[in-house]
Amino acid sequence: MTMPAPTRASTPTSEGYNFAYLDEQTKRMIRRAILKAVAIPGYQVPFAGREMPLPYGWGTGGIQVTAAVIGPKDVLKVIDQGADDTTNAVSIRRFFARTAGVATTEATREATLIQTRHRIPELPLNERQILVYQVPIPEPLRWMEPRETETRKMHALEEYGVMHVKLYEDIARFGRIATSYNYPVRVDGRYLMSPSPTPKFDNPKMDRMAALQLFGAGREKRIYAVPPYTEVKSLDFDDHPFEVQSWDQPCALCGATDSYLDEVITDDRGGRMFVCSDTDHCRRRRDAQEEAAQ
Amino acid sequence: MTAAAHLLPGFADPVTDSQAVFRATLEALSRPGTVLEVPAALAPPAPLSPAAGAVLLTLADLDTPLWLAPGSGSEAVIEWLAFHCGCPRVADPGHAALAVAARPGGTLALDIFTPGSPTRPEGSTTLLLEVDDLAGGPPLTLAGPGIDGTARLAPAGLPEGFAESWRANRALFPQGIDVILTAGRHLAGLPRTTTLKEG
Repeated sequence: MTMPAPTRASTPTSEGYNFAYLDEQTKRMIRRAILKAVAIPGYQVPFAGREMPLPYGWGTGGIQVTAAVIGPKDVLKVIDQGADDTTNAVSIRRFFARTAGVATTEATREATLIQTRHRIPELPLNERQILVYQVPIPEPLRWMEPRETETRKMHALEEYGVMHVKLYEDIARFGRIATSYNYPVRVDGRYLMSPSPTPKFDNPKMDRMAALQLFGAGREKRIYAVPPYTEVKSLDFDDHPFEVQSWDQPCALCGATDSYLDEVITDDRGGRMFVCSDTDHCRRRRDAQEEAAQ
Repeated sequence: MTAAAHLLPGFADPVTDSQAVFRATLEALSRPGTVLEVPAALAPPAPLSPAAGAVLLTLADLDTPLWLAPGSGSEAVIEWLAFHCGCPRVADPGHAALAVAARPGGTLALDIFTPGSPTRPEGSTTLLLEVDDLAGGPPLTLAGPGIDGTARLAPAGLPEGFAESWRANRALFPQGIDVILTAGRHLAGLPRTTTLKEG
């Protein structure tokens, strides 16, 4: 199997919509929020989120950020839990193919704009790329402090002790930090930030990433950003350092030992297999193995 | 001649041009030290540079109070912005979301602008600072988020004592203003996180 080249939409571009669906006034408002987010790494900038033609929880924040950023020359990739072929990814990709007529791809290296739900591609991203995260709950302190007025002050005063207490409670109860996704990070030594529900396996990739990272939360109406080459540090303790998940078997399809694996149930008698969650990474590896075998 | 007869046009294609200019501005503020050419044809009224004009058409609208420094806005500029952006003009730079200062020559205090508040640092002014050139001036070494190690920028015609007042602005973080340097068709970004060192 060879990698498909970026495709222009086979679905015709929809009539009657502005380029990339949003009106220009809305795009300007989102663009101003994005520029301020870049200038204050990790800080959540409120924006006047619009109702989108899909429900909250389906990536309305990420879509609005993508719509404000995308141009006719961009090549768009959309992943959901690492996969290009899941419902959410397919429908968002088709949304932009129809409303913006942009080229889309499944290949990480060919994309200039990648919208993601809950994963960071295994292939290191480069300076020409922008990664847009879909974020359900942008406020990392929300489970400890439900009041927005208070969390806003806690960020202003850099009052983040409560987050360490939460991680310490994990250690007291389980003997280790049991938080495995949405693992809190400090950006450039200042703001506490939620990396969105990516597995903590992906946290080290955010640190000093060459690509610009933008985050959009549609229901909560927040945009935040991590500029390129910015320090992103996962919270931990001296005696309980941050560590990522590992598996005792390789990917059942491509044999990768360094990627994030999904457990797939294969029958009703306890049969299961572990495969790469990043479908493009897995396919690229299998293609390379096939080529080498020939 | 009526006012409309000598009004200069804005972008040829407002949708794609403002998208392209936004991407250049985003690139400039995400990677301080990078000098970018504005990817749209534009001839705004003097003394506004094409780069500053393009950024204003891209970002300014009725939600962005604008302050024009003395000498940076002619009657034609004010009319042009009113027609194309519809942004309200404010007399107090402390109330401006966007500000333009053209080749101030002398000094320009950065603390006349609002730095936002501790709980709302995004409420700060974005200043378009028009300089003579983005190369060939006294060299500056830049560091901070968006920069892999250090970056170099040598703008010519910065206001006197700019590095000093920028240091004070940097010390306000997370508050502080953000600057977009413009010269002719080129722009470069100085977000509040960037540190400047002369030499």
